[in-house]
Amino acid sequence: MTIHATECLLRLHDQHYELEDYQSGVPRWCTGCGDNAILAAVQKLCRDEDLRPEKTMFVSGIGCSSRFPHYMKTYGFHGIHGRALPVAEGVKMSRPDLNVFVNTGDGDCCSIGAAHWIHAIRYNMNMTVMLHDNQIYGLTKKQASPTSPRGLKSNTTPRGAYLEGLNPLTVTLGVQNVSFVAQAVDWIPEVLYDIIRAAYHHKGLSFVRILQRCPEWLPDMFEPFMHDPMKTRLLTHEKGLKLSANLSKVYKNQEQHDPSDIHRAREIASDRDPIPVGILYHNPEVPVYEELRNAGQQRSTRYIKSGFESELDKFTVWPQGADKKVQPSA
Amino acid sequence: MNETIAITAVKPRPRATKTAQPAPSGKTAVTLSEHIVEIISDSGEGAQRCGQSLGAIAARMGNGVWTVEIIPAEIRPPARSVAGGSGNRIRLGSGRVTNGGNETDLVIAFNEQVLLGRVRTGELKPDCTILLESMWRESKDPKIAASYVETHDQLVKAGYQVIEIPMERECRLIVADAKRGKNMFALGMLCNIYSFDLQLGRDQIARIFGKKDASVIESNVKLLNAGYDWAEKNLDFKYCIPATRSTEPQIVIDGNTALALGVLASGMEICAMYPITPATSVSHYLSSVFEKVGGIVHQAEDEIAACTFAIGASYAGKCAVTVTSGPGYSLKQEAIGLAVMGEIPLVVINVQRGGPSTGQPTKVEQGDMMTAIFGSHGDAPKVVIAPATIEDCFYSVITARKIAETFNMVVVVLSDTSLASSQQPFPRPQFSEAWLAPSIDQSEIPAGLKPYDWNPTTGLARRFIPGQPGGMHTLTGLAHDSLSHVAYDPESNESSIRARSHKLAALQRTLKTPPVFGDPKGDLLVIGWGSTKGAIEEAVTKLRAEGRKVSSLHLTFLQPMAPGIKEIMQRFKKVITIEGNWSDDPNDEIIDESNRRYSALAMLLRSRYLIDVDCWSEVRGQPIKPSTIQRVILEKLKQK
Repeated sequence: MTIHATECLLRLHDQHYELEDYQSGVPRWCTGCGDNAILAAVQKLCRDEDLRPEKTMFVSGIGCSSRFPHYMKTYGFHGIHGRALPVAEGVKMSRPDLNVFVNTGDGDCCSIGAAHWIHAIRYNMNMTVMLHDNQIYGLTKKQASPTSPRGLKSNTTPRGAYLEGLNPLTVTLGVQNVSFVAQAVDWIPEVLYDIIRAAYHHKGLSFVRILQRCPEWLPDMFEPFMHDPMKTRLLTHEKGLKLSANLSKVYKNQEQHDPSDIHRAREIASDRDPIPVGILYHNPEVPVYEELRNAGQQRSTRYIKSGFESELDKFTVWPQGADKKVQPSA
Repeated sequence: MNETIAITAVKPRPRATKTAQPAPSGKTAVTLSEHIVEIISDSGEGAQRCGQSLGAIAARMGNGVWTVEIIPAEIRPPARSVAGGSGNRIRLGSGRVTNGGNETDLVIAFNEQVLLGRVRTGELKPDCTILLESMWRESKDPKIAASYVETHDQLVKAGYQVIEIPMERECRLIVADAKRGKNMFALGMLCNIYSFDLQLGRDQIARIFGKKDASVIESNVKLLNAGYDWAEKNLDFKYCIPATRSTEPQIVIDGNTALALGVLASGMEICAMYPITPATSVSHYLSSVFEKVGGIVHQAEDEIAACTFAIGASYAGKCAVTVTSGPGYSLKQEAIGLAVMGEIPLVVINVQRGGPSTGQPTKVEQGDMMTAIFGSHGDAPKVVIAPATIEDCFYSVITARKIAETFNMVVVVLSDTSLASSQQPFPRPQFSEAWLAPSIDQSEIPAGLKPYDWNPTTGLARRFIPGQPGGMHTLTGLAHDSLSHVAYDPESNESSIRARSHKLAALQRTLKTPPVFGDPKGDLLVIGWGSTKGAIEEAVTKLRAEGRKVSSLHLTFLQPMAPGIKEIMQRFKKVITIEGNWSDDPNDEIIDESNRRYSALAMLLRSRYLIDVDCWSEVRGQPIKPSTIQRVILEKLKQK
């Protein structure tokens, strides 16, 4: 059964969605988990952008954050550990018409899926990647993650983590073809929303690291930052984040940062205290892989047949007398 | 590096007497029904191109052909090394040739070291004719000259008919860089030896060098002519293998090209892969042609990404394919399990090589059947089909795509190194619209329909595809109910596993019983799968002609197995599988019935049908020869 084209167009224009249109089930995250804030921001984005639920996809791996798609009333793909990005790339290559979002955790993205992370940045496919970084393995019950700070006590590091934590921002900013890097924190929802929205509007892979609280395993991790607004430095710019007057009053530690300046972006990325929040880097000119590959072409049977037949011609031995049909491969 | 000869592997026969007198003109060609010829050189000297061209010319002459590449594992192995030989082996026949055959009758070797590699693996007939580049005799390096002379003398002593030919010297009369043109000189000689139409040789050169400028074609044609003339003048023998030109168009390709053409013809649009020998040439060819018909080959960052990329693409649109070989296939297992769990159609092509681990990347083995059927943790039912011929390689991908999308299953196509690089003519496929995947269904999901509305009998359910209004749900690799909600309750888990399992049974009911080759009953039934078909059937044919009551059965569907197989086996007194994977020899000292490990197919048949199926196998990295199979069958017939 196919839908009439005009009917499709009418629908496109008429549809308007409410928050409930994107809400599915009751999130099973712990009370106070930062994932709840991210979910709220994303559902708001979908509503504000009127994203058609059937044309929107959330792809995730494994971990607490990767439950995300189950709570969206869109299409979702809750796959295997570490592989959210390549699944999402396949989706996008096959269906450039879909809005693709990826939800991945610090273990999923920066440990078991680290190879895909690097290459996803290089492919620069048009999708929004949210790294839910709570600096701990939650679902498997408190093991150190690659982003855990040195000295963090966990079930696998009872005497404290031996190594410095990996910084996802500096890594991402070091990869060829990086086109959008931002950092948000779950406890400033207004800025979280603005950043995710900017990420959604960027054409290319937008990478948003979201520092996210884990009340179960690391209840105190971000306490100092939440209580002292000066420990958060907001990056503002006319080409980046614009703060509301209310927010500006609370968060006085601000920096005018031009997101096209990758060198400054890399410096900022290294800062841990105060936490930089905002758009670190944005370059809308980086080519998008699915466009380089001409994804989403419509192909007629005749088109395939003629391509196939001309290939066969190269290998065909014709019956005697018909040899002239064979041309040297052009 | 030079090694001296150690020809203990071959049992020389007295030198056959042939007309030794040079008879430059008026040679009469000896008529043969078949002949096996090899061209072997250092890597990069063009022996492979020479062999492929000879195969193409022979096919155009109307001869039956089976070509096999001889590939060293390294790209640039040291020159003049025993293990570094690169080339091609061509079995020429009057009629259709279905396999690589037995030992080689005639070899052109560019140096004596690469030749030694072939001698030692027992690939040459005891009185094989060897056309050997003689330049090494005058080498300035005394070690090389000594090695050449020693090897030459021992080969002669062992009974080989060695003819020394100054190929490079002759070529230098035509081109400055004789090392690069020698292969076309050799091709010319072979055209003469096999009484091929030289014009077909010239056409072939035009085909190969069509993209380059005319001077390249011209100098190669000169070399071809020179080789032809040299052989005419200096060799005292000439053969003719009568040919019948086919009345219908034939295509001549290798198995990997056939797989790639199958992908193209199946209507699949995305192939995600990571380079791995011997599967890579599928993607090489696809990369060059796929985009012309709107397809995409994505070279992923690793095997896991290739598989998950294909899964994502399949899930959101048309069925996609990933192509790999053993080690890559192992890496994909978790992702394959996800596709099984999510009921996402997916075609996985595994061009098997020797294993385990890195194993023998360029050698043939049928070692992955069990992994293909039982791979991935938990119960992960998937379809496994094994093409047996080059033609099968083409059609099996179309079949695989169709099954994958009809049953929402993973379909594994098990090819192998032997099929991958062997060429054999087969009738040009007639394009059919029915091969193509339907366009992506974007129609609205009727209210009340669930993402996994499993049919209680067949387990089948309509696939929901992103973009379909009303179909929104989250696919998950976790246990789930028919709504695709995570469900850990006992009933949901068991019923979903049942549904995924029953799809195999539903498919099995549609399969036809494979035909028996030979009489439907008898003393012995030989069962095989994959690339051994031609060799098994050739051996069976020979033995049947001698009055032996032996037949064979070749299985394409390994999972599920077609109906009627048990009934076929019951009509024979004994059943044996012949496979290219490991099985313990029951005669080995430590082996008895309680610890013997059977070959993969034998193990499956025994467990499925409760029939005492024996097995014979070898893992020598070479295609199994018809003569070996004949010997095995005779021994099995003798056993009481």
